[in-house]
Amino acid sequence: MKETPLSNCERRFLLRAIEEKKRLDGRQTYDYRNIKISFGTDYGCCTVELGKTRVLGQVSCELVSPKLNRATEGILFFNLELSQMAAPAFEPGRQSDLLVKLNRLLERCLRNSKCIDTESLCVVAGEKVWQIRVDLHLLNHDGNIIDAASIAAIVALCHFRRPDVSVQGDEVTLYTLEERDPVPLSIHHMPICVSFAFFQQGTYLLVDPNEREERVMDGLLVIAMNKHREICTIQSSGGIMLLKDQVLRCSKIAGVKVAEITELIQKALANDQKVRKEGGKFGFAESIANQRITAFRMEKAPIDTSDVEEKAEEIISEAEPPSEVVSKPVLWTPGTAQIGEGIENSWGDLEDSEKEDEGGSDEAIILDSIKMDTGEVSNIGSQDAPIVLSDSEEEEMIILEPDKNPKKIRTQTISATQVKAPSKKPVKKRKKKRAAN
Amino acid sequence: MEGVMQTETKIRAESGIESGPRGPGCSLRNFACEQNLLSRPDGSASFLQGDTSVLAGVYGPAEVKVSKEIFNKATLEVNLRPKIGLPGVAEKSRERLIRNTCEAVVLGALHPRTSITVVLQVVSDAGSLLACCLNAACMALVDAGVPMRALFCGVTCALDSDGTLLLDPTAKQEKEARAVLTFALDSVERKLLMSTTKGLYSDAELQQCLAAAQAASQHVFRFYRESLQRRYSKS
Repeated sequence: MKETPLSNCERRFLLRAIEEKKRLDGRQTYDYRNIKISFGTDYGCCTVELGKTRVLGQVSCELVSPKLNRATEGILFFNLELSQMAAPAFEPGRQSDLLVKLNRLLERCLRNSKCIDTESLCVVAGEKVWQIRVDLHLLNHDGNIIDAASIAAIVALCHFRRPDVSVQGDEVTLYTLEERDPVPLSIHHMPICVSFAFFQQGTYLLVDPNEREERVMDGLLVIAMNKHREICTIQSSGGIMLLKDQVLRCSKIAGVKVAEITELIQKALANDQKVRKEGGKFGFAESIANQRITAFRMEKAPIDTSDVEEKAEEIISEAEPPSEVVSKPVLWTPGTAQIGEGIENSWGDLEDSEKEDEGGSDEAIILDSIKMDTGEVSNIGSQDAPIVLSDSEEEEMIILEPDKNPKKIRTQTISATQVKAPSKKPVKKRKKKRAAN
Repeated sequence: MEGVMQTETKIRAESGIESGPRGPGCSLRNFACEQNLLSRPDGSASFLQGDTSVLAGVYGPAEVKVSKEIFNKATLEVNLRPKIGLPGVAEKSRERLIRNTCEAVVLGALHPRTSITVVLQVVSDAGSLLACCLNAACMALVDAGVPMRALFCGVTCALDSDGTLLLDPTAKQEKEARAVLTFALDSVERKLLMSTTKGLYSDAELQQCLAAAQAASQHVFRFYRESLQRRYSKS
């Protein structure tokens, strides 16, 4: 499906509102939308909602052999997917420019900033290291994908626990979750992306643009920063020229926002950990807001299956017993065998009728053409009219015609001559007729 | 998660001892559903069965590509996305099963030359995934207001090595089971729309599973009804 284009008046309206320092959702220039973080039952699974933008993150791990030039380092792999669920314009399985750009930015933000200690992921140098895979799925696109994705990625990485491994001599033992408590990844810092949208060649600036604002913006500046105010990545796109103090001002704002978001993430992680420790309920089921009228829950429902056996017996007794024919293989010649008698071959009959059909329809053609020549029978003529008119696209015309039509013609032909009426298909006849015409 | 699963099986095992192998020990896990939670799709629903969770989004009836256009009915597409990695053969086969089920109930003839797209995202898999996908798809189609001749639901049954019937099995139970059968049933006549099975079972067991699934479907449809009633209530 194509993206619905933004009309000119909408565009003008949005730009004028921005000039007047107003935003459609009532935010101030530097305000972020509400961030909600919820965790799944598995380790390393989270959803992040940034306003209506929603990203699902899942971290998984696997033991692989390391890269040749990095024998003692684990591997980090990021994969952001733009699901069609997020917006109708995203096609499944297509690497769009936007997707490549976002994936690259994520890698720069999280891998190149060395926020994860990859050396701690090494099990046996040069032989076995952990590969950490971060899958991010965009579920709903309402602007600012990169901020939501970077938060989801770092939250999922912080939440993730990998199975414990012990090395004794040459032996590597992998412990299951029951045997030993899984270990968290060692994370040095938490880089978070903050997006700034620029309008009117950098005159106006907005933090956390939503989808509408993204569509009318001139340029975008993304700053990835951690709470120690260290810049991890900076990217300016859209081809706007920014002044030095504009960039500095943005980095100052980013510092404040990152501090707020980091605090929120830590609170969410601590909360989840507490619930897990106390053995309370956790997972997505708990994060569904119960007071909403669109949400509904049902407790565990016992189902009475005591009468299932009787019912099944009833059905089986009613059903016809399967035929008890046991076929013996017959060897005709070496390499040619037959199992069972087989049922009577109906293919031959079909072919016969097909042949007759051809023959019959030939006659029918003549008849039809005669009919048409000799001033068509009013009824049929009128019904046939659209078909005669259009010479091309026969097939479509044939399917569109009313059902009773072919029957009528057939009866007509039968009555006209005493031709043995074969069960011919109207389609075939039509085609022939066209040829005759 | 492990803890939850263990206690669940424990409960089930206890009740199983009390009332015989095929007694009322069967139960559905707790269900939860939220509709209309995404802003972009025309209809969306998240469906949870125990710890299994699927998110569904529906677009349609909408513009269709010329190559996929069907002149007398709507083109139905189902897109299932796994949580980890890229969609493979297993997802394609599930997509097909779900699409065939949807095609049986959606009144596509009312919207010729359009597309109805169902996108499903696995959020967590803790057993009975296909059934959960079907339920999520149905709730999302209802939310999108796509005309349907009946609602549908998915029910998974598992048969243990000793022939015990389990409804809505967890991932662990599915793994240990001798056979896993998934049925899709319609809400009007409780007839079978789709069935897929794995493992060995006798014809008597198949009929038993089907009867149990029909009994379970009543609960699922009641859940649908109650959640929609709540949604369209005035208070």
